[in-house]
Amino acid sequence: MQVTEYKPLIVAFCCNWCSYAGADLAGNNRLAYPADVKIIRVPCSCRVNPSFILRAFQRGADGVILCGCHPGDCHYTTGNYYTRRRMALLFSMLDYLGIERERTRVEWVSAAEGAKFAATMNDFVGKVAALGPNKRLEDLRCKK
Amino acid sequence: MQEINRETLIAKAKELLDAGTVDRLLGWKRGEFDWDVTPAVFTADNLGEFVYNSFCGANFSKYLIAETRKSEKKVLVFLKPCDTYSFNQLLTEHRFDRERVYAVGIPCEGMLDVAKIRGLSDNVASVTDGETVKIETLWDGEITSEREKLLAERCLNCKSKKHVAYDELIGEDGDVLDSHRFDEVERLESLTPDERYAFWQNELSRCIRCNACRDVCPACTCEKCVFDNPNSGLENKAAANEFEEKLFHIIRAFHVAGRCTDCGECSRVCPQHIPLHLLNRKFIRDIDNFYGEYQAGAEVGSRAPIVNFTTDDLEPSEAVRRDENA
Repeated sequence: MQVTEYKPLIVAFCCNWCSYAGADLAGNNRLAYPADVKIIRVPCSCRVNPSFILRAFQRGADGVILCGCHPGDCHYTTGNYYTRRRMALLFSMLDYLGIERERTRVEWVSAAEGAKFAATMNDFVGKVAALGPNKRLEDLRCKK
Repeated sequence: MQEINRETLIAKAKELLDAGTVDRLLGWKRGEFDWDVTPAVFTADNLGEFVYNSFCGANFSKYLIAETRKSEKKVLVFLKPCDTYSFNQLLTEHRFDRERVYAVGIPCEGMLDVAKIRGLSDNVASVTDGETVKIETLWDGEITSEREKLLAERCLNCKSKKHVAYDELIGEDGDVLDSHRFDEVERLESLTPDERYAFWQNELSRCIRCNACRDVCPACTCEKCVFDNPNSGLENKAAANEFEEKLFHIIRAFHVAGRCTDCGECSRVCPQHIPLHLLNRKFIRDIDNFYGEYQAGAEVGSRAPIVNFTTDDLEPSEAVRRDENA
């Protein structure tokens, strides 16, 4: 039997205008963050429907992080304010159902914050790795 | 015991039908047993089949969407206090034409839960309501029980006896009550994550995905539900595994967050007796705590907190108390 080190799979939803550019900047500055983070670019953080987050868990994610512009800096003026309310309610509900609260997070990362992006991802991956594989929101049919 | 009876309602219906105010009414039709009442449309011809008893819990607000489209004439509907909140909420969402409805508010003393009655005997023949409820059984003899003990959960924690919308009222209007409806949510919140997970795993694993909770919900009024839409990626007709159960119930509750009036229909119709109202109430409680008290349907035209914002809302990380139980 081959024993391999557990590596969590992280899905990061990044808004096109701030966080995705922030991830780009992290790359340009050669700041390291784990390769386990898979970025999905969305036009705005408020494009992320609660079902996207659940589906990411279903398809094998161990943690989901949502990054958007800082409140007040949304490219569409108010998008991330709605994200903030929506995700507050969703995360509270996941917690209510007993899903580990460390598996979900919202961070505001601007296009100039490459260092914050890398630091956030390092921290998040570390926390999720400590929790281990996602068991409570997994879909066995999606397991390879 | 209900304050009003079948005869009062039929007399009122006859009066309005004769006056030409309405040409039909939404009411309850008798089934095989006392508790088998089913919503139906009545005209002057079949008014004899109209019944009203303590099992007439159905919330008629949602039926108005389809019914008001059928004719230019008004339809008569009897609304209990909790139904009037859904009525207002649907008006807020422009789901039906107020001009085509004649709403008569009726007082309600709480509806009986047939599951609790069946818990006393498995061969119930008939139920007579009163201060003490008399239950005739086939071979267990007559059983009596205090009415309080047989009330549906949503009625025990009734949030309001006040009608928030009506054209006419029968009887006295009540008040908004100081209910204990969030006690159970608070109890669950105080458990550890593992206990909460076990609780919900136990409850939700009974789901058979009959979609009754969605179909009956007065807030679930999309023309095409995401769970019926093959392009949504959420369509699934059977609760195939644990994930599917949780996905359905989280999304169902989330889609009505801020619009749910807490009428309790979801839990009433659930054939598996899953306490679905606890999911809805969690959202209501969170919205109250995070963004200020809000009762959906209390007034027409109010804006739900989930489609609104302030610049200094709390962060999602603060919504889940990360320090506690950690």
